[in-house]
Amino acid sequence: MSQNYKELATQGLWSNNPGLVQLLGLCPLLAVTNTVTNALGLGIATLLVLLGSNLVVSAIRNWVPREIRIPIFVLVIASFVTAVQLLMNAFTYELYLALGIFIPLIVTNCAIIGRAEAFASKNPMLPSAFDALMMGLGFAAVLLALGAMRELLGQGTLFDGADALLGPWAQALRVEVLALDHYFLLALLPPGAFIGMGLLIAGKNAIDQRKQRKQQVKTAITRARVTGTIV
Amino acid sequence: MSFRIASSPHQHNQKTTSQLMLWVVIAALPAIAVQSYLFGYGVLVQLLLAIVTAWASEALVLMLRDKTILPRLKDHSALVTAVLLAVSIPAYAPWWLVVIGTAFAIIMVKQLYGGLGFNLFNPAMAAYVLLLIAFPVQMTQWLPPTALQQHALGPLDAVCAVMSQASCQGISLEQLRQGVDGMTMATPLDTARTDLMMGLTLPESYEKPLFQGGVGVGWFWLNLAWLAGGLLLLQQGVIQWRIPVSVLGSLALCSLIAWSVNPDTNFSPLFQLFSGASMLAAFFIATDPVSASTTARGRIYYGVLIGVLVFVIRSFGGYPDAFAFAVLLANMAVPLIDYYTRPRTYGHKAVKGRQ
Repeated sequence: MSQNYKELATQGLWSNNPGLVQLLGLCPLLAVTNTVTNALGLGIATLLVLLGSNLVVSAIRNWVPREIRIPIFVLVIASFVTAVQLLMNAFTYELYLALGIFIPLIVTNCAIIGRAEAFASKNPMLPSAFDALMMGLGFAAVLLALGAMRELLGQGTLFDGADALLGPWAQALRVEVLALDHYFLLALLPPGAFIGMGLLIAGKNAIDQRKQRKQQVKTAITRARVTGTIV
Repeated sequence: MSFRIASSPHQHNQKTTSQLMLWVVIAALPAIAVQSYLFGYGVLVQLLLAIVTAWASEALVLMLRDKTILPRLKDHSALVTAVLLAVSIPAYAPWWLVVIGTAFAIIMVKQLYGGLGFNLFNPAMAAYVLLLIAFPVQMTQWLPPTALQQHALGPLDAVCAVMSQASCQGISLEQLRQGVDGMTMATPLDTARTDLMMGLTLPESYEKPLFQGGVGVGWFWLNLAWLAGGLLLLQQGVIQWRIPVSVLGSLALCSLIAWSVNPDTNFSPLFQLFSGASMLAAFFIATDPVSASTTARGRIYYGVLIGVLVFVIRSFGGYPDAFAFAVLLANMAVPLIDYYTRPRTYGHKAVKGRQ
């Protein structure tokens, strides 16, 4: 069983990452990652919705007729999104304004409905919750990486406006890495998101290929020894 | 006697890539000379920066990709990209502008797609668009032509100005940007557009000192120099006539129609053809052999598309000059154009419905 959980974790965080590999939920991923704060806000919101929807979908999986499962999944997801949206409206109002339409749009995030369909509707509650956690973390990690990259290049800061998400104490989190005279607007605008996303995916593939090459070298050596003894 | 078996085309001009690229640079020389005479020595400083950056970033990426460096640098394609970008940006733009632009052109637009021959987009124009979007202020601060400048800048001043945004005597670029009459200036296209927005008619706008001679001081001569370079390229067989003729022809036709409908608010065909980057783009940029269409008929469609887009963006768009956007948009259409204009294979009948 622990092997299973380990598999789920690597799937969600790396080898089947919703952002980098499945390329799901690109619309919010590209749209709101202009600062780390926005990325973190959306990442947490998506994580919460994913967790809730996977839990509920898994709990009711034996009573849902196959023919109408998609509308039911959407209903479940929509109710969680509404809850998260109201919570953000109440507690992190500035961030709520900054994210705007992209909070309600979580409903249509294919990463979430994809997990409900592919995993939660076929598995018990505990693995489903764990899968949601890992997928959510993987998605949030990509959001954060992209957000950090764009904020750093665009305005030379990190965690600018973090108080909107975490409360007044978080103003201390703001780091000015580079003092830029001019904002590098491209990184903050949508083209920067596409280019940055492309670079992230390329980076992940490069790491995977390097790993694969190392493994191939290793297996090749053992094989040579085996044939040596047999012949 | 043995026969050498080679695939078609069997008849080709005996020029290597590196010779073709060198011809492009040679053909650009007169225009570079005119541009540095008109806009100051800053042009040369930008050129130097761009070339050094282009070579450095090309070598860096080739090293990362485990490729041989020197033979690929010697094909001079990076040089051409650097030259085309350097002449497109304002002469006294800050040094990091051209460095960022050239590095982006070579690393992201050219090498990441697989190097020379594989890039979808024209590297110089993609970099120009990047700079225009990322640094709109710096990219539109053209100094007035030297003839209208209050302070003349020497070669050393040009280096100071590009590096620190002030001449060696400490006259800031803000002051330099003011013309003899104390008015700040932009390019003719920009000025005309602003005047139109302020409710002036074009003939009223042309009264300004910037427009002496109809299309703006200097810009006419600059475009003539690019035209001369382009004709040299045609004569040498480096480029074919189809793209430049169709770009300029469609631009002229569109503007002729608009101008004859209302000459007060539409640029005349002459103004369109001889201001901004018209000649530079038609002969040197749109004809890029990699990112342009490859079939004879396709090149005409490609050129017409660029010409029409330039007219549309210049007339209705938000940016003063349009060639970079038009060329990139047309580059995107190239695979489609090539698909539908495949020439008939020799010995085969024409397919019905498609000539």
